[in-house]
Amino acid sequence: MSTPVVDVPQAPAESRVDYLNASYGIRSWLFTTDHKRIALLYLISITFMFFIGGAAAVLMRLHLLTPEGTLVQPETYNKLFTMHGLVMVFFFMIPSIPAVLGNFLVPMMIGARDLAFPKINLLSWYIYMAGALLFLYTVLTGGVDTGWTFYTPYSSIYANTHVLTAAFAVFIVGFSSILTGLNFIVTIHKMRAPGLTWFRLPLFLWSIYATSVIMVLGTPVLAITMLMVAAERLLHVGIFDPALGGDPLLFQHMFWFYSHPAVYIMILPSMGVVSELIACFSRKRIFGYSFVAFSSVAIAVLSFLVWGHHMFVAGQSIYASLIFSALSFLVAIPSAIKVFNWTATLYKGSISYQAPMLYALGFIGLFTMGGLTGLFLASLAVDVHVSGTYFIVAHFHYIMVGGAVMGYMGGIHFWWPKITGRLYPDGWARFAALVIFVGFNLTFFPQFMLGYLGMPRRYATYPQEFQVLNVMSTAGASILAVGYAMPLVYLIWSMRYGPVAGPNPWRAKGLEWETPSPPPTENFEETPIVTEEAYAYNDPPKRIVAAGSAQEGARA
Amino acid sequence: MVKSLFIPLAAILQGFGIPLRPEPGSTIAQGVDRLYFFLTGLTLFFSIGIFTAIFYFAIRYRRRSEDELPSHTKTFLQLELSWTLIPAAICVVLFVWASSLFFRNSRPPNASMEIFVVGKQWMWQLQHPEGPREINELHVPVGIPVKLTMTSQDAIHDFFIPAFRVKKDVLPGRYTSIWFQATETGKFHFFCAQYCGAEHSRMTGWVYVMKPDEYAAWLAGGAKGESMAQTGEKLFNQYGCNTCHLSDGTGRGPSLAGQFGRLQKLQDGRTLTVDEAFVRQAITNPNSMPIPGRTPVMPSFQGQLTEEQILQLIAYVKSLGIQQRNKP
Amino acid sequence: MPEATAVAHERIPARAHHFDDMEQQQESSNLGMWVFLVTEIMFFGGMFAAYAIYRGFDLPAFEAGSRILEVKFGATNTAVLIGSSLTMALAVNSAQTGKRKALMLFLVLTMILGTVFLGIKFTEYLHKWNEFLVPGLRFAPTEGIPAGVSLPHVEMFFCFYFFMTLLHAMHMIIGLGILTTLLIMASRRKFSADYYGPVEVSGLYWHFVDIVWIFLFPLLYLIGGRYPHG
Repeated sequence: MSTPVVDVPQAPAESRVDYLNASYGIRSWLFTTDHKRIALLYLISITFMFFIGGAAAVLMRLHLLTPEGTLVQPETYNKLFTMHGLVMVFFFMIPSIPAVLGNFLVPMMIGARDLAFPKINLLSWYIYMAGALLFLYTVLTGGVDTGWTFYTPYSSIYANTHVLTAAFAVFIVGFSSILTGLNFIVTIHKMRAPGLTWFRLPLFLWSIYATSVIMVLGTPVLAITMLMVAAERLLHVGIFDPALGGDPLLFQHMFWFYSHPAVYIMILPSMGVVSELIACFSRKRIFGYSFVAFSSVAIAVLSFLVWGHHMFVAGQSIYASLIFSALSFLVAIPSAIKVFNWTATLYKGSISYQAPMLYALGFIGLFTMGGLTGLFLASLAVDVHVSGTYFIVAHFHYIMVGGAVMGYMGGIHFWWPKITGRLYPDGWARFAALVIFVGFNLTFFPQFMLGYLGMPRRYATYPQEFQVLNVMSTAGASILAVGYAMPLVYLIWSMRYGPVAGPNPWRAKGLEWETPSPPPTENFEETPIVTEEAYAYNDPPKRIVAAGSAQEGARA
Repeated sequence: MVKSLFIPLAAILQGFGIPLRPEPGSTIAQGVDRLYFFLTGLTLFFSIGIFTAIFYFAIRYRRRSEDELPSHTKTFLQLELSWTLIPAAICVVLFVWASSLFFRNSRPPNASMEIFVVGKQWMWQLQHPEGPREINELHVPVGIPVKLTMTSQDAIHDFFIPAFRVKKDVLPGRYTSIWFQATETGKFHFFCAQYCGAEHSRMTGWVYVMKPDEYAAWLAGGAKGESMAQTGEKLFNQYGCNTCHLSDGTGRGPSLAGQFGRLQKLQDGRTLTVDEAFVRQAITNPNSMPIPGRTPVMPSFQGQLTEEQILQLIAYVKSLGIQQRNKP
Repeated sequence: MPEATAVAHERIPARAHHFDDMEQQQESSNLGMWVFLVTEIMFFGGMFAAYAIYRGFDLPAFEAGSRILEVKFGATNTAVLIGSSLTMALAVNSAQTGKRKALMLFLVLTMILGTVFLGIKFTEYLHKWNEFLVPGLRFAPTEGIPAGVSLPHVEMFFCFYFFMTLLHAMHMIIGLGILTTLLIMASRRKFSADYYGPVEVSGLYWHFVDIVWIFLFPLLYLIGGRYPHG
């Protein structure tokens, strides 16, 4: 059997012009419209914000070593968990894969020279920066303590911290999300290379597409909700004040109408990355490709129908809760389908264990656990007991960190050679992945137990009997912190000292691997024509250029 | 079978001082725990299953040579359907089980003893109808269903008793309620479980479950000796309600005797039950619910009465006669 | 050279480098604007939903508030906006047929009508200020509120009135900015029968802003029971 991938001959790095060295100077970066450079701008910004949010988490976990909590004042603790949530959700997780990996890869995976709207792409980054700077200003001038959920009437009337600027920061950064999603939708519809039909798309693009639909439909509702909170704080008009005829529960409905789909914005792209990694490191097409593709779409649609499961004890009617509970069970099914299909892909594959694969396998296991704990929450009678406790905290960290962040890390490691042209030391990378896995579980598994025992979340002090589990969690967090610091070191090191990568170090299938590493600014000298299915690892060698072949629905 | 896994696990954790669950202190606790343990077993089963499959496949099918190219394994509909429908079936079972528990746990039995709770930053006031008021403590008798009717003076709080497996948000401008029947005497935590500001984590207290005779003694020893209804009557006169709501029905407002619990038709066609929420709204925003045949002239007392005082007035109205209705 | 991969390298200045041909660029542009309009529907939709819910909480108060609004201004504005959509459609048509002068004329007419709309709106707001009907800042109406109606709830109505019409007005102002840009581009002969994409998508945006008003007008001004059933 011949090797399935035709290697694109690559000129030696020093003599080749690629997107990194095509032009120099800060202006060439700040005014770029090259999607790859914009992806790197995002990478730097969100990594910075990740460590800010992480610093808040470190302080919180240190504070929680003792029941009476003497590290910081309760007011400060409240600001820390608020800041941690806001930064991690809005300034790290939601942009992460779409804005970094999506921006870099979407045009390359479809054989295009750029996204549909390159200038809007750059604008999107500037909007992100504006929101992030406003938020950092909020933090530096005293912070906000409402929790990332901004529940009224506390946030609209009683809080005396910087709610207004925080709400505006979230409002602003939402538009970054909307524009990114809009760009991806149009690009995937209109700019696919000839021969690249929908069902030949890599599953990463199906996930990005589904994510973009959610971004575009859901984020505007968050925007209007934040404006309403801001209006109430500025004008004291009582939109959410019962004494003036307002309804605090309306805030919750509007907030969760976005924020539930938002969590799927955070997980779907990671699922897409995992599909790519599993396929490459098993050297096989993903098992049940169309089922995985349809599941992504189903998740996006169903995600808009379940927001009320955040409000089972909020004073919502029993009947509404019943409907939301049933739908929440339903939305779990497509995720289960994906997990089974990924696992089945491994069967009779040819599996190697480089760092990206370790992240992908870790994702599948931890996402399974986190997702199954979601069933606890969809179960009304149990949710009553665990709502508002550490059980919820553990559940969403299993999905977000054990799932989404691991997918992100796997993706960064997988496409790093393509992005930078360098290889990182895989030994260190695998070690870091293991440290992260161990640290993560030690941090968050005890929190499931704390939750069922009754420890509420957002507590700066807690009863003595919860201390042992809290200490375990903090110990895990310190290990996790080391695990996250390590890639920062070796990845940056690799940019200068890592071995040159070549166009396709993983011998993966995909149009992005048929360009040099790093790619030239225009990505492809000639638009490729696609004649094979995705992940055609065991198909005969593909011809890169086919004379006069028919264009198959590249513009649908 | 699942239980047999838990007992050694629980024993190990117990040895470290870590229980698996709060001691069950109410009639619904065991039911909730049973469902929880089933879910835990399910989670362990599938998680261990997936982890095992991953490990096994990753080792068994590890790459043995650089040019190795496995053939594509195609899926088939029966497989995809089975691993769609089996999880769906499990979900249906869970949904039915959890929902029926939820229904039962949400409806207080008719003969519940009532206690009225006002949460405010950052303390709880709990008042028994007989009069005694408690701060951050709740004394109840064992074996008798207790219904808590709750409201907030400011932000949204939440009343959570882990041992009883009950929790509900406590909202401003509305009443929410939970009920429980304690099964053991003792003292049990309660917490505020909805973030409400600086001292949220100190807005906690204790439920004291006592034997019925001890409870009766405690109640009798409570200060003042004035019941909620009696305090409510004083307020009724103090705020001039008695000048319009004459008991013979000749006043500008209707007589309130025997009103609590009956159905009231409104001018806009709606029919509402005269319950706690109705009376509260009638006091704070009377002209949003005009009654046929009467001009809306009642002033609003919004902001003039504390939530506690409103509850006392409601107790007074109840004391004027309650229409028993079968709860739906 | 295979025709499918050899992208047309004629230098049409208007074609962006990353598109293969004008058709792809035009289609992408259009789809992009439609997707953007969907986000705007969700944006305004959130407000409409909140309005509907609060109206359900206290109908008499919201009806009282609605009756205070000046229908003559709202109706005139509706006519003005519909007129501006007509002129905008004519502008797009002129662009598609390559008539530069007609395009510029219709753009100017649309802008004039848009400005008239904003002027009337501003007058209305001024009236509200003078009559003490601005929530939060200056709300103490002296007339127009029947007895028994909750004043805070009427204030809530005005909250929605200002919020929704201000949001709409801001979109109009942005629209005027877009039209100004188009006018400048047209004066520099950027458009032709082969290239009129920006005019077309701006037309979509303008029509959308018009449609939002078509919903706002009856829902704010007309359903206050001011026209009793016969």
